[in-house]
Amino acid sequence: MAKLVRLEEAISKVEDGMTLMVGGFIGCGAPDQLLEEVCRKGTKELTLIANDTGILGDAMSQLIVKRCVSKLIATHIGTNKETGKQMTAGELDVKLVPQGTLVEQIRAAGAGLGGILTPTGIGTIIEEGKQKLVINGIEYLLELPVRANVALLNAFKADKAGNLVYHRSARNFNPLMAMAADLVIAQVNQIVEVGEIDPDEVITPGIFIDYLVQKQPQEVSKVG
Amino acid sequence: MDKEARMEWLIKRVAKEFNDGDVVNLGIGMPTKVANALPEGIKIILQSENGFMGVGPAPEAGKEDPDTVNAGGQYASILPGGCCFDSATSFAIIRGGHVDATVLGALQVDEEGNLANWMVPGKLVPGMGGAMDLVVGAKRVIVAMEHMAKNGGFKVLKKCTLPLTAAKQVNLIITEMGVLEVTSKGLVLKEMAPGVTFEEVQACTEASLITPEKIAV
Repeated sequence: MAKLVRLEEAISKVEDGMTLMVGGFIGCGAPDQLLEEVCRKGTKELTLIANDTGILGDAMSQLIVKRCVSKLIATHIGTNKETGKQMTAGELDVKLVPQGTLVEQIRAAGAGLGGILTPTGIGTIIEEGKQKLVINGIEYLLELPVRANVALLNAFKADKAGNLVYHRSARNFNPLMAMAADLVIAQVNQIVEVGEIDPDEVITPGIFIDYLVQKQPQEVSKVG
Repeated sequence: MDKEARMEWLIKRVAKEFNDGDVVNLGIGMPTKVANALPEGIKIILQSENGFMGVGPAPEAGKEDPDTVNAGGQYASILPGGCCFDSATSFAIIRGGHVDATVLGALQVDEEGNLANWMVPGKLVPGMGGAMDLVVGAKRVIVAMEHMAKNGGFKVLKKCTLPLTAAKQVNLIITEMGVLEVTSKGLVLKEMAPGVTFEEVQACTEASLITPEKIAV
């Protein structure tokens, strides 16, 4: 059952060395205030799983700039030059994964699957060291599940049972990551009473959510 | 034709490749230009791989919504009839063969339809994002790019030398010089831009080009 807590209490569960999954796509739908708190308390040696590392200057990018992360699993790092700089200098271990593969690896972890088979990456360096299977004459790569200790999500609306509703393209990885971590924390713009969201409109079932954090009004992250 | 006119020809030529009702994913920077150049009577549905269908024009100043951005992170709009979904659904659409065509840029493309557009080892490593899935999953893969590299080097090669985005998936290459189709016999120069000759295109291409007549015979 989801619990409504203060920002500091929720993020106190994020410890040095943990694997952290963060929703968002180039800052859109990223839990900016949760990320700022992770940075503020000086978290170190995180393994970060996210689509990207934001745009230099936004909350997501600060995880890299403030050197909270020692290992990164992402699909694209071109919008945050600091990530490439630390990677080239050998200070950040970066693993790049095709986007459709990463999201299915996360979904597989949350759905209790032992992996997924994808044609993406066949004939490229992505296939190196991976098992290949031929199904109905088509070659696939076996990609393994990806889990985290903590997932940090962003949602537009929640009821106090943790049921989440997203807004426009801010949904992206959030609903998948909600299923794939031991502890799931959602930053939410608007928190309403139980019963105020129609069950048909819920996108992420509340049973996946451990902590709800009310997003504070000031706009911190920028897009575009 | 000057360079600007040639690039305009390229955009218009890309826009001719779609059938009415096609679901299309267009590379960053191209959607507005191509959408504006669609022939009369052709409507396409644009997908944005970060999670929506029905990409519309960029919003007016002051009407931007931070929650509505395209796959390049720029403010976007969603047309009536559009819909939003998560990244798993988005890539089910892409990988599952529900996208009729994708148009992407390239660093290199070769006569077997191999594409390299996601990294230059030691120099540029932005990551592949959704490109590998798009190229594998879309029914038709169209590369739209300038025919030669900025340093004057070939981009249409016998064999790609950079790490591949996908093997043997490209169907068509459209540049400011012409339209090249990837066939089992090699690259067929189907069409040339106004004022461009076969010899000129060949001189700018490492791979040997075939004339359509040769294929017909």
